[in-house]
Amino acid sequence: MRIAVCMKQVPGVSEGSMDPRTGVLIRTGLSAVTNLYDRSALEAALRIKEQQGGGIHVFTMGPGKAEEVLREAYAMGADHGYLISDRAFGGADVLATSYTLMQAIRSAGEYDLIVCGRQTTDGDTAQTGSALAAWLGWQQLNWVTRLEVKEDQILAVCRMEEGTAEVTAPLPCVAMVERESFIPRMPSLKLKMKGRKMPVTVISLQELEDAVPEHYGLKGSATRVKKIFAPKGAERKELVYKSGVEGAAYILELLKDTGQETGI
Amino acid sequence: MRREKEAPWSGILVYVQCRRGELHPCSPELIGEALRLAEQSKEEVWVLGIGSGMEKVQKELQGYPVSRIFLYETDDLFLPGWYASLAAGCIRETRPSVVLIGGTLEGRALAPRLSVEFRTGLTADCTALAMDPDGNLIQTRPAFGGNVMASIVTEKSRPQFATVRPGVMEPVPRGKGFSPVCFVKSVFSEEKTVKITIREDETKGVAIGDCRLLVAAGRGVKKKEDLEMLYHLAEILGGELACSRALVEKGWMPPERQIGISGNSVRPECLITFGISGTVQFMAGMRQAKRIIAVNSDPEARIFQIAHHPICGDLYEIVPELIQSVEKEAGYQSGGV
Repeated sequence: MRIAVCMKQVPGVSEGSMDPRTGVLIRTGLSAVTNLYDRSALEAALRIKEQQGGGIHVFTMGPGKAEEVLREAYAMGADHGYLISDRAFGGADVLATSYTLMQAIRSAGEYDLIVCGRQTTDGDTAQTGSALAAWLGWQQLNWVTRLEVKEDQILAVCRMEEGTAEVTAPLPCVAMVERESFIPRMPSLKLKMKGRKMPVTVISLQELEDAVPEHYGLKGSATRVKKIFAPKGAERKELVYKSGVEGAAYILELLKDTGQETGI
Repeated sequence: MRREKEAPWSGILVYVQCRRGELHPCSPELIGEALRLAEQSKEEVWVLGIGSGMEKVQKELQGYPVSRIFLYETDDLFLPGWYASLAAGCIRETRPSVVLIGGTLEGRALAPRLSVEFRTGLTADCTALAMDPDGNLIQTRPAFGGNVMASIVTEKSRPQFATVRPGVMEPVPRGKGFSPVCFVKSVFSEEKTVKITIREDETKGVAIGDCRLLVAAGRGVKKKEDLEMLYHLAEILGGELACSRALVEKGWMPPERQIGISGNSVRPECLITFGISGTVQFMAGMRQAKRIIAVNSDPEARIFQIAHHPICGDLYEIVPELIQSVEKEAGYQSGGV
């Protein structure tokens, strides 16, 4: 069983800034952490490995600093880490990012399963995993709350609009897991020590089958940020000070005013 | 390769989610937004539906002032690969400039596959859309946890895919006298490699995203037992109790009740928060609420910056009084429902 897990380094606080000219995220001077949803992706993969055996390879795309994500993954139990890093990859949107991931994963070998977190905390789009599945031409499982492998089939429980669904799909496939169902384990000290010395493979543009720089990064992106601006509603309403009785009466009036279907 | 001269990409296609004859409630919102955009760009609006019960769906779609409707009667439950291939076929034939998709569990799984299929741009969870004179869709969405808004364009490729969360756009009412041309096709996936069954016994969890009124509790609640009065208040107001991340981390409330970037985005008619200071993550998940009443004892609480009705006060004084007056108002016997 060969499992690939995609993980991303994101700004520690959701207070990143953008270059107003290019619309590209400015990462300098910000604390960086592993996207918390991606730790759950690794957790889901580790649980499968515990039952099935095999290896877990983690892929992260970003600047050199993103190697920290791989060290963290080693401390949780990942077997090998790939740092997808090249100037040409910078400024990628979902289309270009998912294409880069597909190229990088293919360059590393064959996989039976790719696990992604449901979303990142910076982009917040929840699209990259599905786009990756599309590039590969694989089936995808979204909003996964349980994941098991039986022979060459994947058994999953997924959230759907209709309720909870039990899904059986053939391998290979891409699974995007929900955080609550895969609370990540604590990194072990032993693995952490070992992980410090484990090698990391850097994948740059030249290692990819498609090494045309225009297919990646900002140039390979279909979307462009035209402008950024402060959200509306910045004008602040006047604060009122209320005691218990006054406060209750005040809120009740507001609720009556809101009226519809609140049962009052 | 034979290459015919192809028609330019034009028109706005709305993907509507259909299941067993039911249209997803966000469909009239997407159609409404498409019609508004089409007025700016002088384009046609078409509807694409994939799912089951299309005869009923067809009736449900009567009365919307759209030009054409394409319905695919197919496998009952959503299969991303299969649905994407059907949608792609329709898009290839109709060549729309813009495709709007609901930001539902289904829509958000489907849209990325389509954008890759057409090697084009997709913008998630747009909160505002507009057309520029060149036919570019100006897609606005919050970025970085809602601290800034970004306007995003897909300039060089078509179609332009955008998802919009339910509850964001104004729905269009059904009118009389509109009978759009409707094309219905029956197609079923040949290979049943993916099997889906819905668990029948499953009791649906609370979906705070669907509530019109929400009461939300935060760190200002001192003990788990104190949540009882807030659950009670939410109930008598006909809503649900939600919370900030702090209470989920304490293990006092389940994650499905959490509002925020790591929880749920909510857009109720009315949201009343008690003891929530308003982290960036929290506010990104509730900024769209129509009316925000915020109660906090700290006059500097960040939530007061966006609340429509900021109230500095003690929740432990206000909540019991509010429960009493609501019950009195509703004609309940004091102390019991």
